[in-house]
Amino acid sequence: MSKRIDSFTHKRIHEIMALKRKSKQFKWQRKHLLGLRELSAEEIIYILDTAKGFEQISTRSVKKAPPLRGKVVVNLFFEDSTRTRNSFALAASRLSADVIEFTEKASSVSKGETLLDTARNLEAMGIDIVVIRHGAGGASKLLSRNINACVINAGDGFCEHPTQGLLDVYTIRKIKGTLEGLKIAIVGDIAHSRVARSDMWAMTKLGAEVIFVGPPTLMPTQLSRLPVSVSYSLDEVIEKVDVINMLRIQFERLGGNPFPSVREYSHYFGLTVERMKRAKPDIMVMHPGPINRGLEMESEVADGQNSVILEQVTNGLAVRMAVLFLVNQAAAQRH
Amino acid sequence: MNSELLIKNGRVIDPANGIDKECDVLIIDDKIADVGKVEKPAQKVIDAAGKLVTPGLIDIHVHFREPGDEEEETIASGSAAAVAAGFTSVVCMPNTKPPIENETDVEYIHRKARQARKTHVYVMGAITKQRAGVELAEMGLMAEAGAVGFTDDGGGVQDPGVMLQALKYADMFDVVVAQHCQADGFAGNGVMNSGYYSTILGLPGIDPLAEEAMLWRDVQLVKKTNVRYHALHISTAGSVELIRAAKKDSLPITCEVTPHHLLLTEECCAEYDTNYKVNPPLRSAKDIEVLKEAIAEGLIDALVTDHAPHLQSEKELEFLAAPFGIASLECALALYVKALIEPGILDWVGLVRLMTEKPAKIIGVDKGTLGVGKQADVTIIDPNAEYEIDVNKFRSKSRNCPYHGWKVKAKVEKTIVGGEIRFEA
Repeated sequence: MSKRIDSFTHKRIHEIMALKRKSKQFKWQRKHLLGLRELSAEEIIYILDTAKGFEQISTRSVKKAPPLRGKVVVNLFFEDSTRTRNSFALAASRLSADVIEFTEKASSVSKGETLLDTARNLEAMGIDIVVIRHGAGGASKLLSRNINACVINAGDGFCEHPTQGLLDVYTIRKIKGTLEGLKIAIVGDIAHSRVARSDMWAMTKLGAEVIFVGPPTLMPTQLSRLPVSVSYSLDEVIEKVDVINMLRIQFERLGGNPFPSVREYSHYFGLTVERMKRAKPDIMVMHPGPINRGLEMESEVADGQNSVILEQVTNGLAVRMAVLFLVNQAAAQRH
Repeated sequence: MNSELLIKNGRVIDPANGIDKECDVLIIDDKIADVGKVEKPAQKVIDAAGKLVTPGLIDIHVHFREPGDEEEETIASGSAAAVAAGFTSVVCMPNTKPPIENETDVEYIHRKARQARKTHVYVMGAITKQRAGVELAEMGLMAEAGAVGFTDDGGGVQDPGVMLQALKYADMFDVVVAQHCQADGFAGNGVMNSGYYSTILGLPGIDPLAEEAMLWRDVQLVKKTNVRYHALHISTAGSVELIRAAKKDSLPITCEVTPHHLLLTEECCAEYDTNYKVNPPLRSAKDIEVLKEAIAEGLIDALVTDHAPHLQSEKELEFLAAPFGIASLECALALYVKALIEPGILDWVGLVRLMTEKPAKIIGVDKGTLGVGKQADVTIIDPNAEYEIDVNKFRSKSRNCPYHGWKVKAKVEKTIVGGEIRFEA
C-alpha cells in the first residue's frame, strides 16, 4: 500500500514541477469559482500564487488596491456565517469594490421567492460578482447557469467550500513549502462537510495523501472511489500525519443519531493534549472555525504552538482577494 | 345505423390472443368486430400498411395532478397527452390535493375524464386517509365507485401493522394493493441515489435499502395474506432478486418499471439538473442491467411512465428543494423502444404485451386485447418513424422531461378509444 503511494507521489512531484514551469504563461479562464473538483492542479497553484501577491496589501498602511474599483460584489448568504462573510466583504473592499450584504434566513421554497428570482433581481441592479452561501449542494452551480455575473461559491450544502479549501492548502504550502508527499488527516463529520470535500480535492491534486478520520456514521458512501483513505481511529492516525484538520461538529446538520454522546465523540475523535503528545512535533493543527472548544479540540491545542487556526483566517483574506480578482478579470476578458 | 371502422393491412399484434400477423381489424361501434382478412367495405377505412396495430396501450401509473395542482396538469391535459402517446387507458395515482380517499373523489376523476373525452382514466384510491399511513381509507366504497386498486404512492405505508391490516381488509374486494416501496428510515431526506455521486455532489442519498427493505417486508405480508400486491416502479437489482423469489413462490405479486430507470443513471444528476430528480432515484448502470435482464426473463409485469408533471418554476429550485418527478408520458413508447427493442431485450410482441395485456390484468380490467367483442381500444404505431423528442410540442402542461432533443424511433399514428379516433398524428 505505502509503496503504491510512494510511486504515485513521485509521479505527482514531476507533474507538479512541470506545471509550475508552465504556470508562468498560464492564463486564468474561469468567471466562476464553484468548486475545486473541476479545477486542475495548475489552476489551483495559479490562484495560490496570485494570493501571495495580495498578501502584502493587508500589511500596508493603506490597505487598498484598485482592481475592482467600480465593481459591485454581493454577499448573498442563505446560511449563518461570520468569518467567511466578513472575509469576503473585507477582501472585496480591499480591492475597492462596493459590497452589498444580502441575507436570507428562510429557504427559498418557504420564502416564496426562488433563488433564481432573487438572483435575477440582484442582477437587475447591475452587480458584477455574487458570493453565495446556501444550504443546498449545487446552489452556486444553479446560479451560475442562470445569471451573467460571476459566481463564487462560499459554501453550498455539504458539496464544496472552495475558498476554504484554497486557504487551507495556501496555509500548508506557506508553512511546509509544498503539499507533495504530506500526509493529512481530516477529522470529524466528513459526510456533512463541504470543507472536507474541497480540502480533499485541493490537497490530493497538489500531491498530498488525505486520510478521512471519523466514525463510520459520519462517513459518506462509496469513499472507495475517492482519492482518500479512511480510518476510524484517530489514535492510529495521529502519529503518522504532518497536518491535521479538525472539522467542526455541525450540530445543525447532524441527522439521526450518528454518535451516542458528545462525550463519547470527544473520547475517540477529540484532539486532546494527550493525543498531541504522540503527534509529530511539527504537526500543523488546522480548524475551519468556529471551534467547539473542548469538543473536537481542547483549548490548549487550539491555542498551542502547532495551531495555525488564526493564520488560516489571515490567509483566507488573501485567497479571497485572489479569487475575486481572477473571476473579475476572466469576465472582463470575455467582454 | 352502426358506425364501421376498418383498419387494413397493418401488422396486428395482440399478444393476449397470440396474434402477430398482417391482417385487418374491423370495428363496429365501440367493439372489435373482426380480426383477420376483412373483404367487405366499411364506412371508414384506415390504411395501416407498414404500421403496427396493437391493443390500446395502458399506463397504470400516471399523475394528472387534479384536483389540487391544476397548473401542472389536469385530467384534460393529461388525457390529451395520453392519447397522443397511444395510451387508451391510464391509471391516476391518488396523491392529489386532497388525496383520492373516498367514493366522491373517485367519481370526480371519472367525471373529469368523461368531460375530457380522450382516454379512459382509471384511478387508484389511497390505502390510508390523507395517505398518512395511520387509518385505512374507505377502500370498499372506492372500489364500488370504480377504483382499480389502492396505494399511498408518493410514499410507502411505513407501519407494518397498518400495511398488514390494509392487505387483510383488501381481501374482501379482490383489488390490487400497490406500494411505493420506500422505508423512510433508510431514505431519510435523500434526494438522489446514495453512492459516489451523492457523495461528491454533497447531496443526501436514498439508500437502495429503502426500497428493498419495504419490498421484503411486504413480501412477508403477502405470504401471510395472499392478497394481490403490485410493487410500483422498482429500481434496484436487490428488488429484482426479491421479485424473482416471490414469483418462484407463486405469490400474487406483480411489479412495474419506468423508462427512466432503464435509460438514465445517477450520473445524470452530476450537473444538478432537477429534471433528473425523481423518486425512486436514478440508480447505477448495474441496476439498469439487472432490470433489463429481469424484463427479458419475464419478471416484470408492466411498463409504466410514472408521468409526474411539475412546474418549471419548481424545477428551477435547488436540487435539494425541487420536487421529484419526470414527465414522460408523451415519449414513453419511443423510450421503451430505445431501452428494450433496440438492444434486443424484447421484440414488439413482448413490448406490446407489457404495455397492454399484462397491465390490464394487474388492475383487473377487461382490456388490453383485440379480442372480438372487446371494447375497441386500438393504437396504430409507425415503428420506423425517426424524430427528435421536443418537449415544447407536448400536450401535457409540464415540460420537466430530460429527454428533450433525444433522437428516437417509433411514433403513434392513431389512437382509437371505444371505436372513436381520438388522436391522429
